[in-house]
Amino acid sequence: MDKNTYDAIVIGSGISGGWAAKELTEKGLKTIMLERGRNIEHVKDYVNANAAPWELPHRGGRTQQMIADYPVLGRDYTLNETNLSYWVNEKESPYVEKKPYDWFRGYHIGGRSLMWGRQSYRLSDYDFEANLKDGIAVDWPIRYADLAPWYSHVEKFAGISGNRDGLPQLPDGDFMPPMNMNVVEKDVAARIKKNYEHRHMVIGRTANITLPHHNRVNCQYRNKCWLGCPFGAYFSTQSATLPAAVATGNLTVRPFSIVTKILYDKDTKRAKGVEVLDAETNQTYEYYAKVVFLNASALNSAWVLMNSATDVWPEGLGSSSGELGHNVMDHHFRAGAHGDAEGYDDKYVYGRRANGIYVPRYRNLFGDKRDYIRGFGYQGSAGREGWSREIPEMSIGGEFKDALTEPGKWTMGLTGFGETLPYHDNQITLDKTKKDKWGLPVLAMDVHIRDNEQKMRIDMMNDAQEMLEKAGLKNVKTYNNGYNPGGGIHEMGTARMGRDPKTSVLNAHNQVWDAPNVYVTDGAAMTSAACQNPSLTYMALTARAVDHAVSELKKQNI
Amino acid sequence: MNRRDALARVAVLMGGTVIGAEFFLTGCSSPAGTSEKAGETAATKFALSPAQMSLLDEVGETILPTTKTPGAKAAKVGAFMNVMVRDCYKPADQQVFLTGLTKLDEASQKQVGKAFMAADPAQRMAVLTKLDTEQKEFTKNQRKDDPGHYFRMMKELTLLGYFTSEVGATQALRYIPVPGRYDGNVPYKKGDRAWATS
Repeated sequence: MDKNTYDAIVIGSGISGGWAAKELTEKGLKTIMLERGRNIEHVKDYVNANAAPWELPHRGGRTQQMIADYPVLGRDYTLNETNLSYWVNEKESPYVEKKPYDWFRGYHIGGRSLMWGRQSYRLSDYDFEANLKDGIAVDWPIRYADLAPWYSHVEKFAGISGNRDGLPQLPDGDFMPPMNMNVVEKDVAARIKKNYEHRHMVIGRTANITLPHHNRVNCQYRNKCWLGCPFGAYFSTQSATLPAAVATGNLTVRPFSIVTKILYDKDTKRAKGVEVLDAETNQTYEYYAKVVFLNASALNSAWVLMNSATDVWPEGLGSSSGELGHNVMDHHFRAGAHGDAEGYDDKYVYGRRANGIYVPRYRNLFGDKRDYIRGFGYQGSAGREGWSREIPEMSIGGEFKDALTEPGKWTMGLTGFGETLPYHDNQITLDKTKKDKWGLPVLAMDVHIRDNEQKMRIDMMNDAQEMLEKAGLKNVKTYNNGYNPGGGIHEMGTARMGRDPKTSVLNAHNQVWDAPNVYVTDGAAMTSAACQNPSLTYMALTARAVDHAVSELKKQNI
Repeated sequence: MNRRDALARVAVLMGGTVIGAEFFLTGCSSPAGTSEKAGETAATKFALSPAQMSLLDEVGETILPTTKTPGAKAAKVGAFMNVMVRDCYKPADQQVFLTGLTKLDEASQKQVGKAFMAADPAQRMAVLTKLDTEQKEFTKNQRKDDPGHYFRMMKELTLLGYFTSEVGATQALRYIPVPGRYDGNVPYKKGDRAWATS
């Protein structure tokens, strides 16, 4: 075999790329995983994972230099001293905002699987049937039954802790034991159950293992996941899929490999490989394979397609549908309510739970009908205030200090995560006038939320207030802190799945209609956004697609 | 910090955000395409003298004095403020902070007839209590983007520097690097120390 020829190429090493590599190599395919950034080695390179607060010169905060260097990252909690090196260098990799768009990226082995929020939920048929029933966009080409066994497959390996709640809109999975609610959350959950037929507050389902699993240590409740976990207690490429893929002996990993295009063969109508620009040397290489998995994250996967096969389709591979780069979706959030829980002064917690509660969607389900379509879920938690609280009646001195060394009142907050609809003209394009560090064209974002989302945000605030008040909380206040598309860090939809090559980029097995040996299985594939955190769905779609690809290779169909 | 904590229970200091530092999530995004120019030159120029850091140690010790646990001086909050103001404050806020050192001494002269360092603990307490009232009033009427009050800066940095220091986190508060488990319902009695991190 030529040294640049493999059975399979995986572009990207994040959540879905790691899964593609694991499944392909375990099925015996010699696979190369191409990652545009540097390597981050499990545990060894988690630089601040064991740092105490006082070991960080700015105690985890942000300096003026950081604010200047990371103008996008600084728009949210993401800019901080503790894991700054996991976020993309914005000067090297700029993009164009035709409208405000927050793009938080991780360019390294593991991608955002290192920093992700770990909330892991299945979609249901309410989601897969939604576009068809509402008559918008296109119908998902699959239903829950198609994906259910693959959800199980990925849950069992990744290790998802959660409770089996028996809710049709949030199907149960193959879970590890759930984490626990705290005393306030339990009481609020019980009161919500009493007050509402279809509203439930459940413990978050999270990719943190609660039992030892595949040489990984169960969660130690440090709540420092996004620094990288020395125990391997949460799912990441490094902790889970990469070691499994490496163990097969079939994996080659190549960092600093920017895939600039998929090499398309006009005669066979197949991809024959990819072109790689070495990010360190600026040398160009070609790699060849029978099948290509594109897992560069939703927007960058679209970018790769836009740069590919332009001699056949000027707008790129997959553009014959007119949908490549369109239908950009995210989850809109930063609206909800919070309040004070009284009567729990004699209660406290032990340990730092890297998880919260979840209220699955209830709007526009079970006979409910609003002046918008779809719905939202809530994430949140209850806890006691710490030393940073205001004590209005006190000024300075010993009593003030001693008061701050005790915990403050219990508070609880809920933040809605709302579904955004797939609007055709929410779109990304190549801006060839602006180049990145390597002279490559950058993406331009033209995305905004519309009336449907704005109306939903009003419910996201008011419903949270009502539920918390009915649950007995005091001083309940709503908030809407505004939202830029992308801020949910759930980019989706830029190469959607569908039933018709005229209106979708991918078919029911995530194959590019115009090049069936190219599979796209990250957020780009999503036909609608639902309101659940999407990563678990990418994992399941990836495992399912690999199974399909290997079967098709055997049948010599691709 | 994870996303739910960041969003649902926004970390705030004294009911607001840390002046100038954008230290914690502020809950508002900057408009697209705008980027603060770093105080690169200011950052390299800003440096407190040992005398100024000693003064700030004493200011900190008055705000958070030694009680049954060590005070802010033991956490070296003066040196901490030097780092934070140098690296995290905008030039305009650095100026307010620097001028504040002089204003603080002037206030001390006016109120107790001597410089802050020469005043006794009771006098220092009286001076800073008055300044704290002043900063609270100032902050209440402050418009967004106006520079903050120097004493609020000093108080915030004292709290931040102390409670995240080894002394503060492990003696005034409780810090367990690896809790190993989670219990969401443990008894609490008045006087038990809070956890240093959440």
